Amino acid sequence: MTDTLGLKAKLGLNVFKPNEHRHITIKPGREKDPRLKRAVLVCPAGLYTVTQADEVELTIDGCLECGTCRIACGTDVLDWDYPPGGTGIQYRFG
Amino acid sequence: MEKFDVIVVGGGLAGLAAAYTLAQHDLEVLVLERGDYAGAKNLTGGRLYINPIRNLFPDLWPKAPLERPIVREGVMIMAAESSFSLNYTGADLASEPFQSYSVLRAKFDRWFARQAERQGAAIVTKTRVDDVIIQDGQICGARADGEELRADVVIACDGVLSLIAEKAGLRKPGKPKDYAVGIKEVIEIDAGLIEERFGLEEKEGAACLFMGAVTRGVFGGGFLYTNQDSLSLGIVVGINELMSSESAAAVPALLEDLKQRAEIARLIKDGTPVEYGAHVIPEGGWASLTKLYGPGILVAGDAAGFSMNIGITVRGMEYAMASGYYAAQAVLKAREKNDYSASMLSEYEALLNESFVMKDFKSFKEAPLALSNPRIYSHYPELINGIMADLYAVPDGPKEKLYPTIRKHLNWREMLAMAGDMRKVMKL
Repeated sequence: MTDTLGLKAKLGLNVFKPNEHRHITIKPGREKDPRLKRAVLVCPAGLYTVTQADEVELTIDGCLECGTCRIACGTDVLDWDYPPGGTGIQYRFG
Repeated sequence: MEKFDVIVVGGGLAGLAAAYTLAQHDLEVLVLERGDYAGAKNLTGGRLYINPIRNLFPDLWPKAPLERPIVREGVMIMAAESSFSLNYTGADLASEPFQSYSVLRAKFDRWFARQAERQGAAIVTKTRVDDVIIQDGQICGARADGEELRADVVIACDGVLSLIAEKAGLRKPGKPKDYAVGIKEVIEIDAGLIEERFGLEEKEGAACLFMGAVTRGVFGGGFLYTNQDSLSLGIVVGINELMSSESAAAVPALLEDLKQRAEIARLIKDGTPVEYGAHVIPEGGWASLTKLYGPGILVAGDAAGFSMNIGITVRGMEYAMASGYYAAQAVLKAREKNDYSASMLSEYEALLNESFVMKDFKSFKEAPLALSNPRIYSHYPELINGIMADLYAVPDGPKEKLYPTIRKHLNWREMLAMAGDMRKVMKL
C-alpha cells in the first residue's frame, strides 16, 4: 500500500462535486473475485482496499473517473458508469 | 421533439473539433458534455503538436490558450541511482511556427468550446449521455437525463472507454494489454523559476520524457512539461504490467518516487501541487482501433483508440482533433445525399486513410510490439548508466582504456541480445 495519507492530501487538491450515486459498484458476490484485487494496485486514487475477510472494498469518494479499474478488472465484476452530469471530478487544469 | 443535424457526445478535442467544423458549415450541432464545462473531465500529459492539424483549423491558432512552445526535447534514461540524459534543441524547434506546445485541457477545451459556440454550435454541459437511440437498426439520437434527443447522426467522442461506442455495438470493453494509465500532478511554480531551471528564454518551454527506473523497469515512462506558470509531471504505466508485475508498486508511489529523485526534486522545488489527475490512455495502436462508423454513428478521438506511443513521441490530441474534423467532413458529404447509412458514413474511414492519421497508425503498426520489450525499461537503462559511470570514473590509480571499458559491458552475449532487440525496433 502507498502512503494513503499523502494520496488523500493529493486528492484533496481537486475539485469534486458530490452526488449520492455510487457510479462504480462491485457486483454482488464478486467481492472475493481475484480479478477485483487488481484494482487495489492499479487505482490511481487508491480507492480499492482488501478487508480482513479478504473482500475487496471500494470507496467512491475521490474517484478520478479514469477508467483503469474497468479495464483491469472487467465488467464481470464491476458495474461501471460515469457519475451523473455535473458531478464528480472537475479538473481546473487538466 | 427537438431534432438536431448532429449530436456530438463529449466536449473534448475530437468532439469540439467536429462541432466547430460542422457549425462552420451551418449545421445544427449539439454537444453533450458531462462536466461542468468542456475540459472538466479531460486530462493530457500534455503536449499538442500543431503541424499536422494547423491547416484544418487555420483560424484557431493565433488566439489559442496554449502554454509554452516546446523548444527543447529531453530524454532521461534512469537507473536506480543515476541517469543519462539526451537533449535536443535547434532552430527548427525554437522558431515560429512552433511545432508543439504544452497545454492544459481545462483551459484549452473550455476556450475551444467557446469558439465552437461562436460558430453556432450548441454546447450543453452537466449532461451525461446514457445511451443511443436505435430505430430500424439506424442510430438516430441519444438519451440523456431521461430525455430523447434526435439527430441524423451521432458522433461518439466520449473518450477512451467510449461506453457509447460500446452501446452502439462498435466495440467491446478494452483489454488491459491495449491500455496504460497516466497520472499527473500540476505543480504551480513561478514562470521565472521555470525559465531559470530549464534554461529557457521568456515564454519558451521544454519537454522531458523519463524511462527506466521511473516505472521500476516495466512498460511505461514519466513525463515533464513546462506550462506558463506550472509544471505537468506524471507517469504512464501499462495496465497489464501493473497488474502482473511482481515488483509492481501502486501507481501513485511511482510518482512520489519520481518527485523525490534528485534530478526532479530540484526542478519542482518551491512549487505547489494544485491538482492530481489520472486517465487511461490507448496504447494498442493500429491493432486495437475500434470500428469507426456504423449506421448513423461515427467514433472519433480516444474513443476510437486514436493515441499513439512510438517511444520518442507520445501523441493523441492532434489525432483527436483531426478525427473530429474528418468525422465532420464525412457528415457533410452524407448530408448532401441525405444518407446516413453505414456505407455512406464509411467515407469517414476513407478520409482518415488519406490523412496523416491512418498513415501514421499504419506506419507504426509494430510500435506496441517493439515497445512491449521489457528490456527497454529495465536492462538497457541499467546498461547505459553502467557504461557512463565507468567512462566518467577517475579511479584512485590508473584509468582503464576507454574501449575495453565499454566492451566490459558490451560483451558478445550482450551484443547478440541487442541485435535481436534491434530487429524489432527497426520495424518502427
